[in-house]
Amino acid sequence: MSQERSIEEIKGIAVQVRRDIVRMVHACQSGHPGGSLGCADFLVALYFKVMKHNPQFNMDGTGEDLFFLSNGHISPVFYSVLARSGYFNVSELATFRKINSRLQGHPTTHEGLPGVRIASGSLGQGISVAIGAAQAKKLNGDDRFVFVLTGDGELDEGQIWEAALYAPGKKVDNLIWTVDYNGQQIDGSTDKVMPLGDLRAKVEAFGWQALEMNGNNMDEVVETLEKAKGMCGQGKPVCILMHTGMGYGVDFMMGSHKWHGVAPNDEQLAQALEQLHSTLEDYEIAK
Amino acid sequence: MKKYTFTEKKDTRSGFGAGLLEAGRRNPNVVALCADLVGSLKMDAFIKEFPERFFQVGIAEANMMGIAAGLTIGGKVPFTGTFANFSTGRVYDQIRQSIAYSDKNVKICASHAGLTLGEDGATHQILEDLGMMKMLPGMTVINPCDFNQTKAATIAIAEHHGPVYLRFGRPVVPIFTADDQKFEIGKAWMVNEGADVSIFATGHLVWEAILAGEQLAEMGIDAEIINIHTIKPLDVEAVLKSVAKTRCVVSAEEHNRLGGLGDSIAQVLVQHDPVPQEYVAVNDSFGESGTPAQLMTKYGLDAAHIVQAVQKVMQRKNAVGKASLASL
Repeated sequence: MSQERSIEEIKGIAVQVRRDIVRMVHACQSGHPGGSLGCADFLVALYFKVMKHNPQFNMDGTGEDLFFLSNGHISPVFYSVLARSGYFNVSELATFRKINSRLQGHPTTHEGLPGVRIASGSLGQGISVAIGAAQAKKLNGDDRFVFVLTGDGELDEGQIWEAALYAPGKKVDNLIWTVDYNGQQIDGSTDKVMPLGDLRAKVEAFGWQALEMNGNNMDEVVETLEKAKGMCGQGKPVCILMHTGMGYGVDFMMGSHKWHGVAPNDEQLAQALEQLHSTLEDYEIAK
Repeated sequence: MKKYTFTEKKDTRSGFGAGLLEAGRRNPNVVALCADLVGSLKMDAFIKEFPERFFQVGIAEANMMGIAAGLTIGGKVPFTGTFANFSTGRVYDQIRQSIAYSDKNVKICASHAGLTLGEDGATHQILEDLGMMKMLPGMTVINPCDFNQTKAATIAIAEHHGPVYLRFGRPVVPIFTADDQKFEIGKAWMVNEGADVSIFATGHLVWEAILAGEQLAEMGIDAEIINIHTIKPLDVEAVLKSVAKTRCVVSAEEHNRLGGLGDSIAQVLVQHDPVPQEYVAVNDSFGESGTPAQLMTKYGLDAAHIVQAVQKVMQRKNAVGKASLASL
């Protein structure tokens, strides 16, 4: 049921999404560009190629694939992808993090923004929610998939491992968990802050089918996600370790935890946009 | 004083179990989750009849709250079951973000609340749960008084859309409410009409208030007793109507005096009709091991303490009356 778009076309969309991200965080001088840029290819692949979904938003999402963002701080990429795929008007991206906006700092259902099914931001909760949604699908005889994205620093949270134990133990095999494995968290590298060790061995030991991919290679992302869907339905959930570069696509932001939660200044914005050529129309920045 | 008798005692948690089964029969979307306490929560009958609609999550309450939130996406009406301590304080952030802020239709069902959990001691005797839950925007908070009311409340919350905290307990207590009662969320229940003092009681303290009312009647005091089973939204009209008549209040709850029913009532009084109020509640302390009856006495939560509080608050009322007269 893949959407009929070429890889070249969605690569172009990902560039525009990256433009949106840096423009959004620049406009409000806050937010999290690093992880957002790193996950742009993944979210574009999901919403423009891999998932069956309906931008005429309905909370239950019956008959649709669902996506949950557990690491809610990368809201800029989520909002851009939702807007660019038709959930709401792209002009609304200009309201990000501003008063009276539906685009809160971290995603929420509270303001009724189409496309968001759960609040996230306090880390570690998204896999549990995705499990619940996946089990509701099973009870409803709905054979579509549930996707969830977490960070890697987020794996420090204990609830992640409660959920990691549950999903294989209870055969939640319509669930695809992706880890943004960029090796960075706020206080430095994950190796320094809280070593994850052999993460693949850990998730496999918990009973997940594990895949790895380069999250900044669109061909590989689409191919791996399609493969993951094919591995569902056999009694085990799937975990994808997605190697990304934090800040990918903007050279001076790449690979450093320093751009986790810092907005570019005017000069840095100009420098970033020079590297990201508009493929769709930019939304207008409010005066 | 209206006469209340009982022929049977049962635990309120069994009322939850019976209500859950009935709710499950009425609505195929009702599902249940438990964190390794099926027997304690009396969920066996539901599980036997609807095994595919039950999720055993193990000792992982945070995960349970998240899964419950997720199950609502797809139209399920999840009931989570564990002890009150593990239903609230342990998972406050999960409830706050994934359930309350996300406006998910989850029913958080909490047993073994308060001191009457007994011998396990203070680690398990939560006395702060009503406060934590009522502070969450959009959360409905219910603390029924006996088996029949807990059963009726369980059925009622399944039909109510929105997050609910339902609190009940471990010990067997008299069944004195009707088995065919209709439970109305947010509607206080008049136990006894009186003229001298308003006793607003919740949970296990409602029966103690009835015992206190009988003793007070012998002393010539005509107590109005109102069962506030819904802490939030509070039946403000019932509170104000009663105090307009009685001019003084005793609140009674198995909870810390900070943040519970008494504080909710005090807030209404101070805004609309300030009259003297006394609290029957735990005086900002943890509990300890002991039998439920021993603990309720030691921590001042029995009928005798309600009688004392009534005497005190009526003295205050009368003193205020005299002071006002003197100032004329």
